[in-house]
Amino acid sequence: MRIRVVLPPHLRKLAQVGAELELEVDAPITQRSILDALEARYPMLRGTIREHGTQKRRPFLRFFACNQDFSLEPPDTPLPTAVASAEEPFLIVGAIAGG
Amino acid sequence: MSGVRVLVGTRKGAFILTSDGKRKQWNVTGPHFGGWEIYHLKGSPVDPNRLYASQSSGWFGQLIQRSNDGGETWQPMGNTFSYAGVPGTHQWYDGTPHPWEFKRVWHLEPSLTDPETVYAGVEDAAIFRSTDGGTNWEELPGLREHGSGPHWQPGAGGMCLHTILIDPSDHQRMFIAISAAGAFRTDDGCRSWKPINRGLRSETMPDPAAEVGHCVHRIAMHPSRPGVLFMQKHWDVMRSDDAGDSWQEVSGNLPTDFGFVIDVHAHEPETIYVVPIKSDSEHYPPDGRLRVYRSKTGGNEWEPLTNGLPQRDCYVNVLRDAMAVDSLDSCGVYFGTTGGQVYGSNDAGESWAPIVRDLPAVLSVEVQTLP
Repeated sequence: MRIRVVLPPHLRKLAQVGAELELEVDAPITQRSILDALEARYPMLRGTIREHGTQKRRPFLRFFACNQDFSLEPPDTPLPTAVASAEEPFLIVGAIAGG
Repeated sequence: MSGVRVLVGTRKGAFILTSDGKRKQWNVTGPHFGGWEIYHLKGSPVDPNRLYASQSSGWFGQLIQRSNDGGETWQPMGNTFSYAGVPGTHQWYDGTPHPWEFKRVWHLEPSLTDPETVYAGVEDAAIFRSTDGGTNWEELPGLREHGSGPHWQPGAGGMCLHTILIDPSDHQRMFIAISAAGAFRTDDGCRSWKPINRGLRSETMPDPAAEVGHCVHRIAMHPSRPGVLFMQKHWDVMRSDDAGDSWQEVSGNLPTDFGFVIDVHAHEPETIYVVPIKSDSEHYPPDGRLRVYRSKTGGNEWEPLTNGLPQRDCYVNVLRDAMAVDSLDSCGVYFGTTGGQVYGSNDAGESWAPIVRDLPAVLSVEVQTLP
């Protein structure tokens, strides 16, 4: 199924995509299935959202959807149906910090 | 007419400065990778249009970029830097064991013979190699697995492998330096390494003859004389005439015993350059005067070079990878500051002029002399 993903600006530039991208993802729609599909389509993003090897979320990034923070949820937890139906995007958000 | 290309890594992107052989008029492009830290970028000596760049961020981790057209376009390459085996621990600042963790690539050193081969010096300290143009990276674990590894400790900037020198006369021989473990040499193509720190003096170290633990900031060599090494360390400027087996202090009349950069004139192997910095905590030029010091005698006797450099109210730093020379005649010397200036001299340091004044803090400067 086709879902919507929003990347932080630096990663948009790296992947050469716009503010929002569409991605074909096999069900079930979870953090892991989305990120697996995202990295397969845009290999330059590997290691920038999840660490190589451990596949842990990088500490200054968080995952949101439907006004909820899913960052601390297990990566195989199903995301809301509104994400699976592309009514709502899956948001990958960088921490706002100075420097 | 020949020219130069100056590759500048900064806290917020990379910049490329180009000029003809006169080195008076400059063209500036960038920022490339705007907003990312570019610790280092360097070109292949075999193919000057092949460039490698280390791009990193606290948010998104490490990337490696490659250009095949002298920096006009770039492609992200492989960014998996996995230590071989179980990496174990080194010492933390307080002396407790701390697990080895990859943080970033500090330095990229392309092979002298093959544009597809490039070495990476990383934090936490290790050396990696790619033989396919940066697509895949493999640790050369003989260094990290040297028996002294568990005793290595980070310097203030982290436990970084920041210097890689390849002996042009024997490619099996390489020199590296780690803050704050010291300098090491391999004579067998990175399979085994030997600490080369005899003669270094580091204040407050309980054992002045310790094999490792010295805060080496930078090593330089002249390609025609690879057995002679020059070192700027946390304390003192040092010289070795036996490929690092022993070191002698050559600080002479320098105004401080601290600094980061050191480099050698392209045509005069006994002419070396440093930028003295005040320490231990200030890390800016003494008296607010930015001075390059040059020795034409391989150390000990130094002269300040000030023409064109700010001689009042200057409180920038010049970081360890931020000086380079070109090989034109006369030799060009370049350095970048944490204030965002890149200064160049087209007459071996007699006079200086800013090429750019207002970049982000400069982390590294490399120069390519183009045909």
